[in-house]
Formats: sequence, structure tokens, C-alpha cells
Amino acid sequence: MYTQALNMAETDDRGLEDATKAAQFQARIDAEERIEPNDWMPAAYRKTLTRQISQHAHSEIVGMLPEGNWITRAPTLRRKAALLAKVQDECGHGLYLYAAAETLGSSREELVDAMLAGKAKYSSIFNYPTLTWADIGTIGWLVDGAAIMNQIPLCRCSYGPYARAMIRVCKEESFHQRQGYEIMVTLCRGSGEQKAMAQDALNRWWWPVLMMFGPPDATSQHSDTSTKWKIKRFSNDELRQKFVDATVPQAQYLGLTIPDPGMVQDAEGHWRYSEIDWTEFKQVLAGNGPCNRDRMAARRKAHEEGAWVREAAATYAAKRAQRQTAQAAE
Amino acid sequence: MSVANIRVAETPLVLYALRRADDALILGHRLSEWCGHAPMLEEDMALSNIALDLIGQARELYTYAAKAEGMENDEDKLAYLRDVRQYRNLLLVEQPNGDFAQTLVRQFLYSSFADLYWRAMMASRDTTLAAIAAKSEKESAYHLRHASEWIIRLGDGTDESHARAQGAIDHLWAFTGEMFAVDDGERALIHAGIAIDPATLRGRWLTTLSDITREATLTLPQNDWMQQGGRSGRHSEHLGHLLSELQSMQRTFPGLTW
Repeated sequence: MYTQALNMAETDDRGLEDATKAAQFQARIDAEERIEPNDWMPAAYRKTLTRQISQHAHSEIVGMLPEGNWITRAPTLRRKAALLAKVQDECGHGLYLYAAAETLGSSREELVDAMLAGKAKYSSIFNYPTLTWADIGTIGWLVDGAAIMNQIPLCRCSYGPYARAMIRVCKEESFHQRQGYEIMVTLCRGSGEQKAMAQDALNRWWWPVLMMFGPPDATSQHSDTSTKWKIKRFSNDELRQKFVDATVPQAQYLGLTIPDPGMVQDAEGHWRYSEIDWTEFKQVLAGNGPCNRDRMAARRKAHEEGAWVREAAATYAAKRAQRQTAQAAE
Repeated sequence: MSVANIRVAETPLVLYALRRADDALILGHRLSEWCGHAPMLEEDMALSNIALDLIGQARELYTYAAKAEGMENDEDKLAYLRDVRQYRNLLLVEQPNGDFAQTLVRQFLYSSFADLYWRAMMASRDTTLAAIAAKSEKESAYHLRHASEWIIRLGDGTDESHARAQGAIDHLWAFTGEMFAVDDGERALIHAGIAIDPATLRGRWLTTLSDITREATLTLPQNDWMQQGGRSGRHSEHLGHLLSELQSMQRTFPGLTW
């Protein structure tokens, strides 16, 4: 089912890299040119992008689970159709991103196996549970909102296939975000019980969403080279601040309270948030979030229980090819 | 239950639309249970897409049933506030997903019928039903193609996939007869040119089934005993569980806007 031809081990030629080629490569990046799959690129650039794009793909796929949790219980047929369409979009993003990662020489099979073996990461936000219908609104509003903040700059990423994938992904994410916000508007205009449900969801998701932007700039490992290669255009803290500034007025419009009593607006209009609990972030990253085990178990189960189906499809395809060859020879 | 079931004035036309709406919703719901759990990402997408088509058909048919009834019901009341005895879908569509083979065989048996049915219904004298049929026919043709390709792959794939596919056909076969059954109310709609007689589709349905199963090296059961009851609300035990999940929000929080 996957691109078997890509399953070859990558030779690490970092030691042999030509200084002239490296300089030409950086010059192209500096001139805002797009790097394409067949172009020469430093091994570390390839490795960084493969890691980032595949983690992004895994996040889309694991991200189907918390929202998928509500497809069968959506409160109206309209909401049910919209949620199903949304989760399906995420699957499409995953596929699209695996395809972008494959252009760098790693097969989808290899990348998925690494995730299932626990060697590759996915966004830790998906290790939190969706307990009520308001969580579906909140995920759309905040999680997709944060994803858009992160991903809009990636539309200008130096690697062509990733940048182009992001343009489409961002369009759909922006639709998801509006859909999530519309759920929140409906809840906040509804009964006291509905509004309380909305506030409770915001309380639970707010801090994990701020953590989505990654560790503070002072401690981030990958930023320097990623910035030099124009994979990353803004720092974690810059994007986080941008998100907070955009979100506070939206919460105010809903009449909801952001669960940060220490938050103040500074003279420049920025909303300054309190210290983030990075211990929680590290625990979730280390596998100790509320749903890490469930998410991995669900993905492994789908993969293992689907093995006979993938095998049947591959066997049938081989049989058919053999018959066609035999027919052609007659 | 904290919310009372609605009452539906089941005139022949209301009941006719309701039965098809229930088929589409329940099958769409079943398929949506796969979302995030399918054997490959392409099938997560495909099954979700088919589920979306079916939920879309259900919404149109419920809306039409509510309009034909002329009371205060709407698509959501019809979907969320009728209990298991008021549901009118085929027993086939409420059967659990089982493994991938059972889901695809269920889909194949239904879509091979639905494709012929909706195409024939495009000639209905009821312009709303004819319009719904025109849209549904295009969708059903895709659903049938998707399911047929999988039946062939599974049947002619490995020994394991063959055994699973054959097992699913044997298991679900007894639920296919209901698709061709007609009661007095429907008979009157057929005479009026509003509905079509499904018996006229059975020959072509069997031909499609024979062609695909032959290519898949599978066999159709000889057993012609058929289980019925869905159309009059005598369901399998599975439907109640599905409805308790589907309706949980509307039953827990009565009368709210979502």
C-alpha cells in the first residue's frame, strides 16, 4: 500500500558535503527561492524537514481521535455532518503531509511505523480528552486557531512541497476554526448549562493550547537552524503572543473568562499571560498525559486489525499484475 | 429517558420517506464509527465520505417526511426523538460493523440495491423524491464501485480475506430480502407512480451480485429464508445501542439549540 521503493536507508553524507554546494544552497534560501525534491540539500535540512513534516502528519492522524470521539454523539444532524467532514479533512491533511514527507525519501510506512513504535512524536494537545460537546467547539476555536498561527508562516517555508501543502491545509483549518467558534457562539447564547459547558471546556483547554507553540524561546532546541533555513519564520513566543492577542477579544465576545487571573493588557495592547506550567508539558511529552496510552493504543489497534486488509489488497494487486503480464504474453 | 418520544403521523408517504431516511442515517452512522480506525487512511476518508453522503440523504428525506407530515417535526426531531420501535430502517443497515469485510459486504449488498433503486426513483411523480433520487443515484454509483472493488480484492486476495468476506456474505444474506418487500401503503404509492416496485429491481440486483462475487471467487448463499421486521420497527438488539449513543445529547439536554 505504501511506497516500497522509498524504504531504503538514507546514506548520511554530511561529512562529504561540499562547502560550495552548501553555500549555494544557503544563497538560494536567502533569495527566498523554493527548494524542490530533486534539488541538492544538506542532509540535516532533509532530516529536520522529514521530522517536522512527519510529526505534523502524525498529529493530523492522532488528532482525528479526540474529535472522532464525538461523531456518533453530535447533537444535531448538521453538527454530525460538519464534524465528520472536519475529521475527514484532517485525515486528508495527514495523507497530504505524508506525501510531502515522502518527497524527502522516507516512505509513509516507515514514518507510520516510527510513530506506532513511539519513536516519533505527534502534537501533545491530542493527549487531552474530549469530555463534552463544548470540547468540540473549543478544539475548533483554539486548537485549530493555534495551528493556523503556526502554519500560516509555513506557507512560505523554503521547502516547496511542504509550503504548497500548507496553503491548502491552512484554508481548511481556517474553515474549521470558524466552525468551532460558531459552536461556541451557539453554546454561549444558549442555556446556563450550555454556557457553563463552554466555560469548563475553555478552562481545560486554555493552558494546553498555549503549550502547543512549544517551549519558550530561551530553551527551544531547533529554532536556530530552522530559522536560518527559513523553515521557521517566527519564534515560539512570538507566535504564542500573537495567538493570545487574537484570542482574548474572541473570548470577551463570547462572554467567557480566560482561566488566567494574572493576565493583563500592557501599554502596547498585548495581553500578557501568566507563567506556563512547563512541568505538565514535559510530562505529557514523556507519555504521561491523560490520553497518551489511549491514543497510541487506538492507532496500534487500527493498524494491527487492518493488517489482513492491506495484505489482501497487496496480494490481489500482485495477482492482477501477474494475470495482465500473462495475458500480454499470449 | 428524560425526553418523551415524538409522535409521527405515519401516512403512507411520510412512512415511505422515513424508511429511506432511516436506512441512510443508520448506515451513515455505522460507517462513521470507522472514522479514525480504518485499516488505511484512504479508507478512513472513503468510509467517512460515504457516511457523509448518506447522512446528507437522510437529512433531505427527513425534512421531506416532516413537510409531508405537516406537524411540528423536523429532521432532528425525527432522528433524535424516536425510539427503537419507531425506527423504520432495514435490519441490514443496523448490523454492527464487525470487521472490514463485514462492513464492506453490508455496503455492497445495500449499495447494489440503492444504486438501482435511486436510478428508478428519478422517474417518481413526486418531484421532491425524484430530485433526492437524482442526487442519491450519483452518490450510490460511487458507493457501489468502491464496495465492489473491495469485494473483489478481499475475495480474490488472501485465504484469510476470502474466508472473512465469504463469512460476511453468509452472515448478512438473510437481511437482503427486506429490501424488496412492499406493504399495502407502499403498494398504493407504487400505483400512484410515487414509488417504484422494488421487485422489478431484483433480477438486475442479482446479476450485479453474481458478476462481482464470481470475479471475487465468492459464492452467494442458496438459503432463501429472509429475516424481516425493520420496516415495522421490529429490530435486532443492535439498534437500541446505536440509538442510545446517537440520541444521547438530545435526550440528556432536552429542547436546547446546538
